[in-house]
Amino acid sequence: MSQVSVEIPPGYQKVFGRPRALSDAPYTYCPGCHHGIIGRLIAEAIDELGIQGRTVGIAPVGCSVFLYRFYRCDFIQAAHGRACAVATGLKRANPDLIVFSYQGDGDLAAIGTAETVHAAARGENFTVIFVNNQIYGMTGGEMAPTTLPGQRTVTTPQGRDVALTGYPLKISEMLAQLDAPAYITRQSVHDARHVQLARKAILKAFRNQLEGKGFSLVEVLATCPTNFRMPPVEAQKWVTEKAMQFFPLGDLKVRDE
Amino acid sequence: MSRVLMRGNEAIAEAAIRAGLKCYFCYPITPQGELVEYMARELPKRGGVFLQAESEVAAINMVYGAAAAGVRTMTSSSSPGISLKQEGISYLAGSRLPCVIVNMMRGGPGLGNIAPAQGDYFQATKGGGHGDYRLIVLAPSTVPEAAQLVMLAFDLADKYRVPAMILGDGMLGQMMEPVELPPPVDPSSIPEKPWALTGAEGREPNVILSFDLSPQGLREMNRVLQDTYREIERSEVRWEEVETADAEIVLVAYGTMGRIAKTVVERAREEGIKAGLLRPITLWPFPYEPLRELAERVPTILTVELSAGQMWEDVRLAVEGRAKTPFYGELGGVVPTPREILSEVKKHVSS
Amino acid sequence: MSEKKGDGAMEFGVIFAGFGGQGILLAGKILARAGMEQGLEVTWLPSYGPEMRGGTANCTVVLSRRMIGSPIVDAPQALVALNLPSLDRFEPQVAPQGAIVFNSSLIRRGVERPDVVGVAVPANDIAQELGNPRVLNMVALGALLAACRVVPLEAAMEAMAHELGERGRQGLVEINRRALELGFEEAQKQLG
Repeated sequence: MSQVSVEIPPGYQKVFGRPRALSDAPYTYCPGCHHGIIGRLIAEAIDELGIQGRTVGIAPVGCSVFLYRFYRCDFIQAAHGRACAVATGLKRANPDLIVFSYQGDGDLAAIGTAETVHAAARGENFTVIFVNNQIYGMTGGEMAPTTLPGQRTVTTPQGRDVALTGYPLKISEMLAQLDAPAYITRQSVHDARHVQLARKAILKAFRNQLEGKGFSLVEVLATCPTNFRMPPVEAQKWVTEKAMQFFPLGDLKVRDE
Repeated sequence: MSRVLMRGNEAIAEAAIRAGLKCYFCYPITPQGELVEYMARELPKRGGVFLQAESEVAAINMVYGAAAAGVRTMTSSSSPGISLKQEGISYLAGSRLPCVIVNMMRGGPGLGNIAPAQGDYFQATKGGGHGDYRLIVLAPSTVPEAAQLVMLAFDLADKYRVPAMILGDGMLGQMMEPVELPPPVDPSSIPEKPWALTGAEGREPNVILSFDLSPQGLREMNRVLQDTYREIERSEVRWEEVETADAEIVLVAYGTMGRIAKTVVERAREEGIKAGLLRPITLWPFPYEPLRELAERVPTILTVELSAGQMWEDVRLAVEGRAKTPFYGELGGVVPTPREILSEVKKHVSS
Repeated sequence: MSEKKGDGAMEFGVIFAGFGGQGILLAGKILARAGMEQGLEVTWLPSYGPEMRGGTANCTVVLSRRMIGSPIVDAPQALVALNLPSLDRFEPQVAPQGAIVFNSSLIRRGVERPDVVGVAVPANDIAQELGNPRVLNMVALGALLAACRVVPLEAAMEAMAHELGERGRQGLVEINRRALELGFEEAQKQLG
């Protein structure tokens, strides 16, 4: 995984490039998927804070299971839903590490709800990136704990019927009720302006950890065009017209002291 | 060195701290409560991390994280809690992460009761969770031996990168005996872990995985595991033999039953019955070879267990029909007295 | 210590039994500790219901010059019974020529077995007279040590003082010492 270095000719200045924290491995995500953008924002935060040499990432179960390929930092794969417990173990064993988990909605908000809530309640000093695309991607488009009412998935072929399967979980709102967390926010990456806002939020979530502030979670609304059965542009519209209606963007908890 | 009167649970906790335990994660369950309490009291004072998790599932995954960070780490529980940990144990085995897991077994299945039992033998020695893996399983029969084996468990786990389990029961955990505690391990004597996640400063990133989507790749990972297991089978089998030289009947018993069986052998000898005992100390790797050798010259090998005959299967695999292999077991947390076992022995001797 | 050949093979086993809260487990532990400090092998095995308080409790202590196999004793050389259910339950198990120390403050009957030595000790009353009803367990232990000379009384006193010291109860050592003494004397009187 050697870094490609290009010599910059005289008179030119490098204004954009691959973050150092990213490896040379090309992303293997579907066209229009937001994992690539979010993954890059994380790498930029790692670069900006200069923490690549002490960062450990946690790849969960789901499309992000291959995350370790894309970064030039230590990585561990965790059992489905257990990333926050694994992060707790890593961070407690070695508080000098900078630990982040990158979890989908099924992983974090269904099978891993207990691990997430309790890590947040303990104020564990690590960073969680929570990618909410309202669907199970890798297993083939099943209903997620964040699937919207009426949304069609392969396990809700007639659309999610709240009388049968209840309502989506607003995990960030739930966590914001807790005393311990330092930072809970919901962001989106559907356009350039929101990418910049998400970038700031992710940077803050990592900086909080560096400063020992405790649990920080950035929820990012994302698309899964493949399982939405939509072209990417239409999937972007899904974010603004549907997802953001149910999951409004913004900071839910900021503890600044 | 002076002897201290300690409960089994406390001796295990103290020995683990002396072995260099850095992180202990738990969820409360009887009959290993004293272990948890001891850790809560002592470990933070001695530079370690004690954390009560929200579940056994979380606790074992915290162990997974701490083991990946390269520290000595442990969790403890009892049967139903160990069932919950199996997912994490499979990941630890698959990712080759060393740790120590203590199971103070109780009566089962289901909620069962808190009395001593040995019904988790299959779960401990044959894998327990999903996939093709083994744990190193050590079965102490006395409190001092529990302390020794905990120290050994950490060493073996680190040496082979295989999780090790201490398999005891409520009786071992609750009873007190004098213990001569081993001196604390010198931290600098614990081997380096170049695979640990310490931050990739100045080196290529370390990645810890238990998966490979390509069958060829996963086969290679599994071969590494299996090669390690064969090496452990060659080098780490431990057992104790008592009065087997001229025995006409040999009892096979481990843990709590192992020590009770010693009394049975003594009493049988007082009555002129040539009884002996083989007590497996490692349940995996199981002492197949020593048992096979005994079976060449001992007509009867009686397995005594607090289960319906789980270890009995391994005894029969070892004996392969060379001797008679009767079984005597108790269920549900009932512990037979020496007298009851002795009368069973008498049924199987000729005179 | 007295040596009994046969069933116990140079081992001395005793069951302490009573209500939870009567200090059964502690009395057993102090005997075990005294034995350990005399250089003996010892085991202490508790058995109690899941209730934290108020249930019945018992523990088995084994003292031996050799490694102890079974911590479970099927025919103990002695029984200390602090309530009637305990005497009812364990009296039949005691080895022939064994000793039964029972709390005559609460138990209105004598020992029924003709082949064991019964020692009636009004443990609650003696403890009450000393000014702390909780020391009844040491009264009973003192009586046991008079009936079965497995460790010297002084060794038990020392073990008790260490045990209470570690629990931050130094202030209770003196009254417990008296309790051990009075129990010992009461049993001696009866045994002649």
